[in-house]
Amino acid sequence: MVAIATFMADNPYSYGKAGSRMKTLYIYIKPHLRVMLLQFVVKFGGTIIELLLPWMLSTILDDIVPSGNMKKVYLWGGLMVLCSIFALLGNVIANRMSTKTSKKIIGKLRHDLFKKVSALSCRQTDTFTLPSLISRMTSDTYNAHQLVDRMQRLGVRAPILLLGGIIVTMLIEPVLTLVLIGTLPLLGLVIWYVSRKGIPMYTEAQSSLDKLVNKVQENMTGVRVIKALSKSEYEKGKFDEVNLELAKKEQRAGMLMALTNPAMNLLLNIGLTLVIVVGAFRVHGGFALPGKIIAFLSYFTIILNALMMVSRLFLIYTKGAASAKRIAEVLEAPEDIMTGDRDHKPGDYHIEFRDVCFSYNKIRSNILNLSFCIKRGETLGIIGPTGSGKSTIIQLLLRFYDPDAGEIRISGDKLSGIPPEELHGKFGVVFQNDFLYEDTIYENIDFGRMLSEKQIKKAAVTAQAAEFIAERQNGFQDILAVKGANLSGGQKQRILIARALAGNPEILILDDSSSALDYKTDAELRKMLKRDFSDTTTVIVAQRVSSIMYADKILVLDDAQVIGYGTHKELLFSCESYKEIYRVQMGVVG
Amino acid sequence: MDARGKTMRANRGQRRPGGGGHGPGGGAFERPTVKTTTILRRLWKYLYSFKWLLLLALILGVGGNLLALVGPKLSGYAIDAIAPGVGKVNFPDVYRYALLMIVFYLISSLFSYILAGLMIRLSRNVVYSMRRDAFNKLAELPVSFFDKHKTGDVISIISYDIDTVNASLSNDLVQMLTSLITVTGSFIMMMTISPKLMLVFAFTVPISILFTRYRSKRVRPLFSMRSSKLGEMNGFVEEYTGGMKTTKAYGREEVFVRRFDQKNEAATESNYQAECFASMTGPSVNFINNLSLALVSVFGALMYMMGGISLGSISSFVLYSRKFSGPINEFANIISELQSALAAAERVLRLIDEKPEPPDAVDSLELQDICGDVKLSEVSFGYDPDKIIIQNLSLNAPPGSLIAIVGPTGAGKTTIINLLMRFYDIQSGRISIDGHDIRELTRKSLRLSFTMVLQDTWLFHGTIFENIAYGKDDVTLEDVMRCARSARIHNYILSLPDGYNTVLSDNGVNLSKGQRQLLTIARAMLLDSRILVLDEATSNVDTQTERQIQSAMLSLMRGRTCFVIAHRLSTVQNADRILVVLDGSIAEQGSHDELMRQGGVYSELYNAQFEAI
Repeated sequence: MVAIATFMADNPYSYGKAGSRMKTLYIYIKPHLRVMLLQFVVKFGGTIIELLLPWMLSTILDDIVPSGNMKKVYLWGGLMVLCSIFALLGNVIANRMSTKTSKKIIGKLRHDLFKKVSALSCRQTDTFTLPSLISRMTSDTYNAHQLVDRMQRLGVRAPILLLGGIIVTMLIEPVLTLVLIGTLPLLGLVIWYVSRKGIPMYTEAQSSLDKLVNKVQENMTGVRVIKALSKSEYEKGKFDEVNLELAKKEQRAGMLMALTNPAMNLLLNIGLTLVIVVGAFRVHGGFALPGKIIAFLSYFTIILNALMMVSRLFLIYTKGAASAKRIAEVLEAPEDIMTGDRDHKPGDYHIEFRDVCFSYNKIRSNILNLSFCIKRGETLGIIGPTGSGKSTIIQLLLRFYDPDAGEIRISGDKLSGIPPEELHGKFGVVFQNDFLYEDTIYENIDFGRMLSEKQIKKAAVTAQAAEFIAERQNGFQDILAVKGANLSGGQKQRILIARALAGNPEILILDDSSSALDYKTDAELRKMLKRDFSDTTTVIVAQRVSSIMYADKILVLDDAQVIGYGTHKELLFSCESYKEIYRVQMGVVG
Repeated sequence: MDARGKTMRANRGQRRPGGGGHGPGGGAFERPTVKTTTILRRLWKYLYSFKWLLLLALILGVGGNLLALVGPKLSGYAIDAIAPGVGKVNFPDVYRYALLMIVFYLISSLFSYILAGLMIRLSRNVVYSMRRDAFNKLAELPVSFFDKHKTGDVISIISYDIDTVNASLSNDLVQMLTSLITVTGSFIMMMTISPKLMLVFAFTVPISILFTRYRSKRVRPLFSMRSSKLGEMNGFVEEYTGGMKTTKAYGREEVFVRRFDQKNEAATESNYQAECFASMTGPSVNFINNLSLALVSVFGALMYMMGGISLGSISSFVLYSRKFSGPINEFANIISELQSALAAAERVLRLIDEKPEPPDAVDSLELQDICGDVKLSEVSFGYDPDKIIIQNLSLNAPPGSLIAIVGPTGAGKTTIINLLMRFYDIQSGRISIDGHDIRELTRKSLRLSFTMVLQDTWLFHGTIFENIAYGKDDVTLEDVMRCARSARIHNYILSLPDGYNTVLSDNGVNLSKGQRQLLTIARAMLLDSRILVLDEATSNVDTQTERQIQSAMLSLMRGRTCFVIAHRLSTVQNADRILVVLDGSIAEQGSHDELMRQGGVYSELYNAQFEAI
């Protein structure tokens, strides 16, 4: 792992300006605008019809009742029922349509995001960090889904109810409407105040919750240490601190949010009372009819509900927009590993490193002036302390990163000029703690390459895996648990080696991948490789001398630099450190 | 994993979107159900300590709602005062009722805010004590619990489940109470206005009940489907990102995008199915409201025409009818939320009910100033009592001796350590330290007589200083630095911007495995117990560093009884006794020379490392 914390400060990949955070989401929404317009019309129709109901009520009471026409009462009543049904249908249909639309939008967005994450360069992945990429793909897309979904439903309904309500009341009785509009700014103020103060409070509570979860996690993973040191009481105290802090923050946020309902209810009811008082004057003066006031009371309730919706929307939007921004950052990350022109230089070497320098953070060198050449079919062993740059060589060879200086060639072709598909087709790789997933053993070896069954079985034999696979209940069809948890360390490594071998690679890379094998199996594996894969160029990174001492060339690294290069015999004479490692590990006085 | 929706009413019922890797429902804790009454009784215990608060809340809740119910009635009177029409409005009455309305509403709002505050306080206290109880229980549970349960499950209990209970207590209880009062209150009010008009509800109430039942039956399975599909997709993403370099190396990105697409489609489709139904609720509730409005209008108008009812009464009736049918629909939501809260409470209680490590016997000895004489006689043990994996093991480790335990990974080498430190109890036989049976000692003094360095380096969120000083109280910086120097990590620590005050966190300093191990070695060096356990202690340290810290390791081992679990055979040749573990049981025991002479498993393993191709 690389210490990336230091250069996170001036993160070169923090794209996306605050203003354009929703732009990316909009790109996904755009193709559905027509359907959304249709949805809008349906929804608009349904909602407006609903708005007419209180007005119809006032018409019955003020206009029809005095006329004493019973038939007309039934007629208008029937009309009201009909309108209710239309409103129901319109809203249900519109909601379904919008759910479908958001399904499509988010499905596509997730697909693109996943694809983009797959295509990010390793440097970009390091900068974003894996946990952050995971949460962008999971909880952020979830929040975005909620946002798109709710915005289509409430986001349309609330403004229609609000504006429509005001317009309809205007038509019925403009003066009373003014009373209503007068209370709106106050209600808006409550919403604004609560959201502005409340959202940061919830963010704070959230971070305390994260702390609490972290504490539990620590205690579960470290249970042996804590018990051995009898620190349980101490840990209880520590947890209590976090727990109390969280409870306090939650209470603070909760108390503020609890203000919303009573305050809005109060304002609404005061407004209602005012409508009655002002209405009394209007009726007295002959400008209005009593039924209108009744209708007004209904509109008031509708408008208040719409306002509540707006306040809820505000919260959803804040949350969703933050997520949309995080998604956009990934989607907008530029491609940073490009394929250049083919650059071929004839020679007899299969892998060539010439004066390669590289640093992950551009501060401390991870590889300094590295040169080596190996021919086809040869084996290169790399040994050295942790952090000396062993794995970095592998990462450069696979072009996960581009070197800062020097050049790397495979069969005379400069790495940067080989298209990725061609380049990656050459390798069989096993990394440290490599990736096994929940699928059959067969699939794990095949790794989506559609190899023949013969190839896979043969690879398993070479990798010393055939025997234990045969002993499993369903053989090759046995399903592995997540991360291969139902295998021992040595079994995992053997399956991974089988995966690397199955494609009959031009270059085989084993990065500390036989550490969990006992010496006997390790030796057997090396024997088989020599026999069946004599044409394959092999690069082995190891901690154990016994894994690399028979290599054609051995590279001894220390602190990013080569301190020894040659065969085992040569190094025993020329390289003091190598001799030391050999002596310590093999218990031989050399 | 920050999908933990905050307790906004808007997001309720959908709070567990299968976030992160923690599957919804807490996996292993989904065992036979506890009786609902038992759960309620236990929850009541938490509430009981706040019974006065609760009583006050009850009074305020009832009071506030009753006051609010008077409002529409008063507005009805006011409208009646207006009803005579042009020039005949009875202004003194209008003013009087308007004033009364404002007073009542004001008190009612005040009550409901105080009530909300009380409930928040109450639920905060309950949640705080639940979290405390759950964590304290965790601290007392035997190691076997942690070997059996996934961290994610427990975390989801302490965060999501307790949160669900919390939300339910602070919202649902109040909601339930107010809805009940509102429904009965408006029912009574409407009855006093016009029993005949009530017939309207004989029509609409059955519709809403039928709809609610239909909905809850259909929607719940759809929502649990949604959670599980989302959980599957999230799990896939987590799995995949862990292996991205491999996919890149083989150029298999497309294959995994296709696999992801399937999961994605399943997740979005199940979301669509669930939301389709859920999104019907709003319009349907509105429909029932509108329907009753229409019916009240028609029948009200007819009655008005026949002089059976006043205009103000119709107005009050309309307002009450809105209050009346709303909560009936709410009930379904509240009940399903209560159900999920009960399920959550059950998981929490089950965690709290887990059996802790049995307490030390009353007459347990405090182990003090020991010399480290460890004896195992005829010890038998199996994690599963029916599957004995250690049979009659006898071993003598006199003070200062070195016992090595070797064998392939996963063969069960740590079992012996588990027994020595009483992380697990043996089935038969006896383990003694300085002649005392370890079951007669306090666990604390027994465990403190061991120092251990494990392969899984455990560091916590805190400064480097705190991490090294963790095992001992009152440690000075000098002590810590001395140990860090011996562990060869001092210079690295100094190179960090904050030195020993650097905070170790997930996204802060990225220590390598080796560096983490060196920190735990430094931690061990600070302790001065007589028995040392090294479980592959240097497996993550490279040979050179290992060589460098060897003298420190040797001084750490000097004079102590050491149990060393090792992979590299070269490190154990000098052991006084070597235990060879194969498939969970002890295959061989003896000194290096004895075992080599025997020509068994050990000699085979030993020879393999020198075998030429």
